[in-house]
Amino acid sequence: MAGLELLSDQGYRLDGRKASELRKVQARMGVFAQADGSAYLEQGNTKALAVVYGPHEIRGSRSRALHDRAVINCQYSMATFSTAERKRRPHGDRKSTEMSLHLKQTFEAAVMTQLFPRSQIDIYVKILQSDGGNYSVCVNAATLAVIDAGIPMRDYVCACTVGFVDETPLADLCYAEESGRVSSLALALLPRGGQIALLQMDARLHQDHLETLIEAAMTACKGVSKVLDEVVRQHLQEASVLTGE
Amino acid sequence: MKDTPLSNCERDFLLKAIEEKKRLDGRQTYDYRKIKITFGTDYGCCFVDLGKTRVMAQVSCELVAPKENRPNEGVMFFNIELSPMASPAFEQGRQSELSVKLNRQLERCFRNSKCIDTESLCVVSGEKVWQIRVDVHMLNHDGNLMDAASVAAITALCHFRRPDVGIQGDEVTVYSPEERDPIPLSVYHMPISVSFSFFQQGTYLLVDPCEREERVMDGLLMIAMNKHREICSIQSSGGIMLLKEQVMRCSKIASVKVSEITALISKALENDKKARKEGGKFGFAESMPQERITALKKDETSVEMSDVSEKADEIIQKAEVPHQTVPSPVVPVAGVGQIGEDLQHTWGLDDEDDDEEEEHKEDSDEEQDEKNMDVEHEKEIRGCVVEISDSEEEEVIILQAEKPGKTPIKTGSDSHQKGAAAASRKRPNK
Repeated sequence: MAGLELLSDQGYRLDGRKASELRKVQARMGVFAQADGSAYLEQGNTKALAVVYGPHEIRGSRSRALHDRAVINCQYSMATFSTAERKRRPHGDRKSTEMSLHLKQTFEAAVMTQLFPRSQIDIYVKILQSDGGNYSVCVNAATLAVIDAGIPMRDYVCACTVGFVDETPLADLCYAEESGRVSSLALALLPRGGQIALLQMDARLHQDHLETLIEAAMTACKGVSKVLDEVVRQHLQEASVLTGE
Repeated sequence: MKDTPLSNCERDFLLKAIEEKKRLDGRQTYDYRKIKITFGTDYGCCFVDLGKTRVMAQVSCELVAPKENRPNEGVMFFNIELSPMASPAFEQGRQSELSVKLNRQLERCFRNSKCIDTESLCVVSGEKVWQIRVDVHMLNHDGNLMDAASVAAITALCHFRRPDVGIQGDEVTVYSPEERDPIPLSVYHMPISVSFSFFQQGTYLLVDPCEREERVMDGLLMIAMNKHREICSIQSSGGIMLLKEQVMRCSKIASVKVSEITALISKALENDKKARKEGGKFGFAESMPQERITALKKDETSVEMSDVSEKADEIIQKAEVPHQTVPSPVVPVAGVGQIGEDLQHTWGLDDEDDDEEEEHKEDSDEEQDEKNMDVEHEKEIRGCVVEISDSEEEEVIILQAEKPGKTPIKTGSDSHQKGAAAASRKRPNK
């Protein structure tokens, strides 16, 4: 793919960011009244809605219940209008099933599920507009929704995708960068302990570069966590003003 | 059908063993099971055995219209089939979580790393390209399906030959293998997946988990690499938390394993090529007499047998003569047996497990037996250990009072046999 220069000689990317710069993150918590927890998050042009129900009794087949912890049920879907080409199925194809699985796995690691035996927590995420880093935006939005629902977590789960171009790691890839021939790595991190809840990488990358890439991803995730923390604090302040405390 | 859950005992045992750095099959923590690669008669058919895990891959091709956004690239299609044949946990028809996970992982591992030159699969740009289909079938599930599947898929792709095509004007002719030699795919590199399982929240790490170990593990990390030490895909799964150091360590182990496996695959391919050139038996025909088709052929274990007899003699000479014990069966009541010497067992033995044809005949006898449960017989029994050699119930050794005058007693030389801890009951022969 010649022509597209992902990183200019001056060190700027396609959208004018520096290599380690994140896109602007804007978020709101408690956007729906019906749900136990909800959040809306924008990361650049990628927009996601997350809704959390639970912990509640197991719905559907009772045999799914775990006697020592809660079951986490995730559903990832993409709005049909979220991509440049209209999507035929919002969910149910292999890719989104996989994404649901990954979200489930991430939150199984982060949520203290052992506090709610024999119950279920539902996390529904919808991508409204897709511009790269779908997985990480979903994780970030879902984290806020889980916090809004008041479900205890070990730490914030923050996710970020990182690419590797010209020996330089690029943080928070947008769609144009993702679709180019960049090896990208998605990482979900619990920033306080530096624990990795999910690690996923595609495309070829030499083993020697792996460490720098993971390092860059962890830094980016920590940046995201700061923003999320701010959002949560602001939300709490607003809520306490409303209740008059 | 859902898989039978592992019992707590078994789970604890496995975990305890792992803590002590021991594995069920005697492997070290970083050892792989034995990998065996065999080929079918056709090009592009490959069987891979990883211990008892058995996987078959078949590559096929057809001419299709290309995708709109990639008019001059061939299409790669991967499919992993979890047939219920391989494990009771696999269900027919439904797309299970495991199947989605494996399929996507294989797809990402091969397609995104661009291991096959898809542009060379173009016949007429925008109209006709080759679609290469890789079907991986699980034949027997004993853990680590992903690694077996990735080895099988890449070996089958390397082994595969597609028919040659010729273009005259608008006409595309596909030549049969007799007309023109089929063409191998151009494989850039061979991505091979290596799985690491984590136990006790990431404290313990094992390479190539078997089915039992997979059931007790907390999480899995799959790293696909090629021999140039390029990582083709990484995927963590299961709710575990990894540290960066662990990932780095795993990637180092993976690079060693991958180079070993790659060497094995190239050797297998070379052997097959040679066999085909010589026109000897290969593939299925060759595997028949060697019984390679059966899923679980028992492998011969190499045991040092050269000086067995001398060793046995030595052991016999050195060994002490076991001290003679003449066990005397304690019979508290008639019709009650005891096994062993320390504890008093007091279960009654009756004729329930007798042969059926004798059942009705015995009924009347039994009634009599019970009546005869007298202490006065006890003395008599203690002395007479009776063995019936030609009776129908050789296995059944029962101690019982015998009825005077009812049956002839066979006493004599065999009555004081050593080790006749339990005396057998004298039965009336029909």
